[in-house]
Formats: sequence, C-alpha cells, structure tokens
Amino acid sequence: MLTDDVIKELELKANDIRISLIDMLEDAGSGHTAGPLGMADIFTLFYFHILNHDPKDPSWSERDRLILSNGHITPIRYATMAHAGYFPLEELKTLRKFGSRLQGHPERERLPGLENTSGPLGSGLSQAAGMAYAARMDSKKFRTYCFMSDGEQQAGNVWEGAMFAGNNKLSNLTAVIDRNNIQIDGMTENVMPVEPLADKWRAFNWHVIEVDGHNMRAVDDAVNEAKAIFEKPTLIIAHTIPGKGIKEIEFDYTWHGKPPTKEEEVKFLKELRTLKGKIEASHND
Amino acid sequence: MIKQDQKLSPDIFGDIKKAPTRDGFGHGLVEAAKADERIVAVCADLVESTRVEWFKKEFPTRFIEMGVAEQNLATVGSGLANYGKIPFITSYATFSPGRNNEQIRTTIALNNVPVKIIGSHAGLSVGPDGATHQALEDIGLMRMLPHMTVIVPADAEEARKATLAIAKTADPSYLRLGRSGTPSFTTAETPFEIGKANVIWESENPQVAFIACGYMVYNALLAAKKLQDVGIGSIVVDNHTIKPMDEKTIVSVAQKCGAVVTCEEHQVAGGMGSAVAEVLARTNPVPMEFIGVHDQFGQSGEPEELFAHYKMDVKSIVEAGKKVITRK
Repeated sequence: MLTDDVIKELELKANDIRISLIDMLEDAGSGHTAGPLGMADIFTLFYFHILNHDPKDPSWSERDRLILSNGHITPIRYATMAHAGYFPLEELKTLRKFGSRLQGHPERERLPGLENTSGPLGSGLSQAAGMAYAARMDSKKFRTYCFMSDGEQQAGNVWEGAMFAGNNKLSNLTAVIDRNNIQIDGMTENVMPVEPLADKWRAFNWHVIEVDGHNMRAVDDAVNEAKAIFEKPTLIIAHTIPGKGIKEIEFDYTWHGKPPTKEEEVKFLKELRTLKGKIEASHND
Repeated sequence: MIKQDQKLSPDIFGDIKKAPTRDGFGHGLVEAAKADERIVAVCADLVESTRVEWFKKEFPTRFIEMGVAEQNLATVGSGLANYGKIPFITSYATFSPGRNNEQIRTTIALNNVPVKIIGSHAGLSVGPDGATHQALEDIGLMRMLPHMTVIVPADAEEARKATLAIAKTADPSYLRLGRSGTPSFTTAETPFEIGKANVIWESENPQVAFIACGYMVYNALLAAKKLQDVGIGSIVVDNHTIKPMDEKTIVSVAQKCGAVVTCEEHQVAGGMGSAVAEVLARTNPVPMEFIGVHDQFGQSGEPEELFAHYKMDVKSIVEAGKKVITRK
C-alpha cells in the first residue's frame, strides 16, 4: 500500500538517487543527464515498491523482469540498483571507465541484475515480449516490464513488438514510455512526430494509461491497473520532465546527451539538497 | 580417394539422391525438440519453405509465428533465450541475418544468449528467385560476431546432425541452409562435430587442397575425381564449421598440399575462404584460389546455370586447382 509516508520515503530516495546520478555523471565526463533525471522517480518506485526482486539473488528465477530498451539512460538504473543494494554505492564512480561493470550502455553479462543489453533503440519491447511469452508458456507468475523512450517510438522494431504482444494478449507484460518529448536532434514532434501515441498503441490492441510520471501514486495505480487487465498488455505513457529536479535544465533537449561540468555539479547538487527539505516540508503540511 | 573413415554414401559417384539441407534441418529440429523441451521454434511467415512446419505439426504450442517481421524475430528470440528457452528462429538468410543484423549483434551476440539463427535459401542455388533472395553475405556477417558459431552443412544429413549439435550448446549459432537439393553424400554414420572439419577425399601425394562448404563440397569432390583421372592428387575438406574453424586440419592439409582452393556459395570477400586465408596467412602461407562470387550480385537461373556463369562449377574448380599448383 502506497501510504503518504511511503510516498515521502520514495521521493526522498529518488532525490538521493538524483544526487548520486549527478555525481557519477560528472565523474564519468560523458553520458546522458536529462532522461535519467526524468526517470528517477519511476526507477525508484519500481525498485523500492513495485518489483518483486532480490538484490542479493539477482538471478532468482521468479523475479519480475525489467527490460530497459533505451539503454542510454542506464546511469539511473545503475544508481537505483546501487541504492537498492545490488552493489556498493562507491562503484557508481566507475561509470564508463575502463574495466567497469557499469558500461556506457548496459551489458547484461557484466553486471548481475541487468536483464538485457541495450543501446541501439527499438529492440527492448520485443525482448520483453519474448520473455513474457516464455513465462506464460511455463505458467510463471512473474511480470515483465519494459521501459522505452518516446524518440524510440520512431523505430520500426517497436511496432513489430507491439503487434506481436498485442495480438498474443501478453497481459503479463507492461511497457512504460518515458514521454519527455525530447530526443537528440530536438523535440520529438519537430524531429518526427510520434503522436497520437495512445491511439497508435490502442490500435495495436494494448490497454493504454497516461500518467504524470513524477506522481508516485499515479504510476503505482497504473501498474496495478495493468495487473487487472486480462486480455491485453498495458502501456503506461508516463509524462515526465527531462532534467527533473534541476530547474535550469528542465525541458532543455541540449541536456539529452551531456554530463554536468564540475561547476555545474556543485550547483546542481546544492539545488537537489535544497529539494530534500522541500519534499519533507510538503509531506508535513 | 574417398576416405573410408568418413562412411560416405556408396552411391557417391553414382546415381546419388538429392535433398535440400533445409529438409535435414526440419527433421533435426523435430528430433532435437523431442529430447529437449526447452526448444521452441519461431518463424517469420516462411513455415513451409524453412521446413519448420514439421516442428509446428509435432509441437504446436512450442511454435511461435512472427509474421513478416525479422527484427522482431531476432529480438523476441533474444527474450525467449534470455528466459531459458532455446529458440530456433527461421527465415531466409537475406532477411535473417540480413535485415535484422543489428538486432542479432546487440541482443543475441553481445547479450550472449543461445538463439539458433536458421538462414535458409542462402547462396546462388536459390535459383529463379534472383539476386534479392540469394544471400551471399551472411557467412561474413555472422562470422564477424564474437560468441557466434557458424555452420554451413554440405548435405541434408549433415544439416540434421548440425541442428542436433547446435541445439546442445549454450552459444548463439548460425546455421546456413539451401533451397535446392544437394547430393546426399554423407550417411548417418559419417562423423560430425562442431569445429571439426571432415577430410573426405585424400589422394597419395596430394598437390592441392580443396576446402569447401555447403553445396560446393560435392562440386569440389567431383573436381578432385576429375583431377585424379589426369594424375593430379588432392585433398577435399568439408569445412562445415566456419567458426570456430578447425585450424589444425586447415593447416595440416595446406602443409601436405602446398596450395589451397576454397569453394563456397558466398561473396569471396569475407566468407569461408577469407577465414581460411586468415588462418593460413598467420600460420602457413600457401598460394590460394577462391571459388565463390567475386563482388557481384546473383540473378535468376537454375543453380547449375548460375554456377557455370559465376565460375563455381566443377570445371571452374578443376581449373582453379591446376592454376594454384602452378603458383607454388
């Protein structure tokens, strides 16, 4: 049950994870900032509330599977996994460094707990669908989740996967699109419009829910609704703010693929620490 | 001389039966699936022509239809394998591993999951369908990928054995099949092991080694027999596993003969012959000739017409053998 106390804890946890994220991106000297910040709330909610998983036994056969399709936001997955206990927080400093388990884009075999290898966009949903199909064949109870980006909706492989999952009624599969409206070359609707997104997915026989991706309760409710839908896979379109948490970079697509400098890091961390007080205050009202 | 330890067909130079390698795969898959219930088959709208229909009839609940969606074929395959299934994903080689090459690279090879990629209708011997459907690049595409096993069986029986063999490994694998009937010169008793080339013909004092794969193995055998008739001894190797290649056998026959001709239904650039040249350049350089397609596309025609046109017929292999000997 997502009580107000739990939500407060999750929001504070998401803020801590954002702090780790900014720190590791600056250390790495390259990588993506906007998308990971925008997905911090959803990753936190999944790893600390939704997923049935065991950080001490990452290959537990009954665990829920979380497939990350847009591999470039992997720093937020790494940061959340470290906070959840998959590996020590100090290891986050190795992001993108030679010999690190935290590759620039995620590689399943290098780090236990990563479910897939990704980076080239468009192919995560089909992998998740393959897992969900296999799980149903074997009457397994676990659920499969797939996180995708919105720019990725321009890739044909996504729609092959959507058609397959919809037609096979994979109700044990829930996909989440990070609808933050930005991609490398600009705003999605200027580069190659993906709207009307919900209608497209409904036409592919998916149950579609749109939520504010920073509202823990709304996302949690959507995930629970998905569990109750029997005949269809569910897509949650999570409207998120790229760069969420750091006012000056929110909605700025130029932050898609760059890390903060040392000076920016200091400034951003200060802002996130202030945010911590604001979160606590908002729940004490 | 035919190597007796290979237990080849007694009709090898007589009235030999023909069967396509895709048939051997179809039978092998049913056999493998009976032994291992993790095996599933996935197909992109080519159930009959890839012979996966025999599996579908036997195990309907373990068969998954993709429709015309080869990217999905590879990536759903990746998900199935990641979960713990052993998926055989079937299509034509031009589409898979052609169209879906990046998905195979990232989600199967780098991800290192045991998806078995079955590329049928490879090579010129597809015949009348023409260049769009004649995969001549697939061996190159697949052998460049780390973790990938690459096998090109020479006849239906070898394809059956290869199917059983790849079903038992934990590696991503590519099995290249043909549409047209190839002479069934091996038997159930002929040995087959992944990564172990079969020396099927060896004359006394051999002067040239023919290292071949797929349909071209039998043509190389006929060429070896013709050369024998004019007093030129040779060795013929059925080099069915392109990766991991049997370097020991390749080096050994090159040392014995001092000259090599490679024969394949593939672009010469990047194919099996290139892989052999990489081994020999490093260990035991000898003059080489390459039978295959030389930087051209195919076209419509019957297989024998196309082999003659692209200089891959028995006559061309004989000539290549004579030529390479003069270069020693």
